Amino acid sequence: MRLPPSLALLPVLLLPLQRARAQDTTRRGVTIGLSYDPTSRPGIAVLPVTGSSGDSVRVILQRDLDYSDRFTIVPLDAADPSTFRGTKPGADLNYPLFARLGAAAVVQATVGDGSLHVALHDVGKGGVMNVQDFPLAARANTRDWRMAVHGVADEVERWITGLKGIAQTRMAYVVGQKVHLVDSDGADDEVQPVTGNAMSPAWNFAGNQIVYATFGTQSRIMILDLRTGKTRALHNATPTHANLTPVFAPDAAAIVYAHADDEGSDLYLVAADDGAPRRISVGRGTDNVQPSFSPDGRRIAFTSGRVGHPEVYIMDADGTNAELLTSFDFGDKNYRSDPDWSPDGRLVAFQSQFADGRFQIMTISLRDRSTKLLTSEGSNEQPSWAPDGRHLVFASTRGGGRELWVLDTESGRLRQLTRSMGAQLPAWSPRLGSSASTGGAGRQ
Amino acid sequence: MTAHPRVASRYIPAVLIASAMIVGACHKAPPAPPPAPVQAAAPAIDSAAIRDSIARAQAARDAALARQRAYDDSVRRANEAAALAGEQMGLRNTVTAVIHFEFDKSDLRDDAKATLDAKIPVLMANPDLTIRVAGHTDERGSVEYNIALGQRRAASAKRYLTERGVAATRVETVSFGEGRPVNDGHDENAWAQNRRDEFEITAGGAQLKKPGS
Repeated sequence: MRLPPSLALLPVLLLPLQRARAQDTTRRGVTIGLSYDPTSRPGIAVLPVTGSSGDSVRVILQRDLDYSDRFTIVPLDAADPSTFRGTKPGADLNYPLFARLGAAAVVQATVGDGSLHVALHDVGKGGVMNVQDFPLAARANTRDWRMAVHGVADEVERWITGLKGIAQTRMAYVVGQKVHLVDSDGADDEVQPVTGNAMSPAWNFAGNQIVYATFGTQSRIMILDLRTGKTRALHNATPTHANLTPVFAPDAAAIVYAHADDEGSDLYLVAADDGAPRRISVGRGTDNVQPSFSPDGRRIAFTSGRVGHPEVYIMDADGTNAELLTSFDFGDKNYRSDPDWSPDGRLVAFQSQFADGRFQIMTISLRDRSTKLLTSEGSNEQPSWAPDGRHLVFASTRGGGRELWVLDTESGRLRQLTRSMGAQLPAWSPRLGSSASTGGAGRQ
Repeated sequence: MTAHPRVASRYIPAVLIASAMIVGACHKAPPAPPPAPVQAAAPAIDSAAIRDSIARAQAARDAALARQRAYDDSVRRANEAAALAGEQMGLRNTVTAVIHFEFDKSDLRDDAKATLDAKIPVLMANPDLTIRVAGHTDERGSVEYNIALGQRRAASAKRYLTERGVAATRVETVSFGEGRPVNDGHDENAWAQNRRDEFEITAGGAQLKKPGS
């Protein structure tokens, strides 16, 4: 490797052990010549994309790689495109030029007939690191087409870092009493065909169904199938009183939700085909809501008022071994809630109230119970982890009105996701495929 | 009766008297013809007119009296209805009076208990009356936890009523969490108004019986 020292790239072998464990199980790029240090942001340049709608492809790729918070986008606007080509025999690109611009890698993409041809260049090594053809919908800027381009960005990220990106994801959230879906980059925001006063959307692990709750006199747990746009209610499981905060169990065949009646609220497990619900928490008349599964499905974090005010607890998935997770002395007020278990299993994110009455996002380690305060500006609530276990989406009033913001927990970098006037209750999807199966109803 | 005979009856007797005086002055006076026809004709005409007049006056007076009675009746009925409606409204207001809570609490304050105490006799006097208790929270805290908190607030009121004899089947509970504020403000005054149970009559409230009646 001949990388510029300024890039401070460490050999792969020096990656922290936990980072290596956190990698997904997908095959790592076989021709990686560029090493990646998660604490740095190597420069990456995206060449002008040739072919139909190439400009749109380039904009999306650059934005996705930027939003990954793992790279620094090297702008090429000031450079003369005629100088990009390599002059020496065997060199596709003018690598010394890109090295001078600060790029460790260069993405070269060409729109073909129904596909996107992508080559990733290792500037330090002076050669092509990886090449692949990706299927691309014929009609540009449709949802399928956009999701396919997001998938390319995620794969490029995996070639370089060994970790797949999160661009090919969407967020479900609530405005008023309607469920919206929006792409990870804030594009393609769409209201979903839900019925009733909707709250608390959550994804299944395949990313093609949303479970949500309705509140008021017709409080039900509902499942929206994104493939058909059809909603069905779990009428049998949730005929009366308040039913809230549903989540899919990791095996997707069951749903855990809270049922609140005249005897307080408890968590219940019900088969997703609307069978007989089984109570799993033992609240004894207190409130027990907001379940969040550990990634292995064996434990559940939840909010309970069993000591007189809301705190976050964890228990085994069968309801045994419940224990207090958050401590009384976090924050200044006795109010912690909205837990979300990280996809790598190491942390639980939650919201904690402070003396000014505002909530802030915190994480707690399951290993040593160490905590981290992640926000301070405005009131910040309802955290939801991205599939990379590094980014969080949450509702924040930092910009005035309540909107969704995305935080990179490693760099602290923030971006505003929505401009919806009152967005709340975000749920970050799992990684989605490029196929139409995850598209909302009524499009394409 | 026409005007013509009345004119005749007035002038004919005077002509007869004058002609009798002229005859008397010129000739030996024959016995004056009895004035009977004159005297008999005058009372007959007067009494009919008087009877008619009296009858008309009586009819008019009777009609006025009937109208007055009808009017008095309608006023009385209206007053009774108003009094009854006022009583109904009072009973309904008692049943639907709102109670309030402290932040993140579902236990009943003393003023809430007094408000609930007033509902109990009305509920007991009207066994067909059913209600829905809707629990609400202020905008602070977890929006999801607030649904459960609202449900617990509704359940608190229900428990208070059922422990004092109201059948549980007559009291439905529901929670709207922080979704339906009565005051859109963002201060303690607004929050205090929004932390509440509302009571809605769902059946049997058309004609409420007053307790003890």
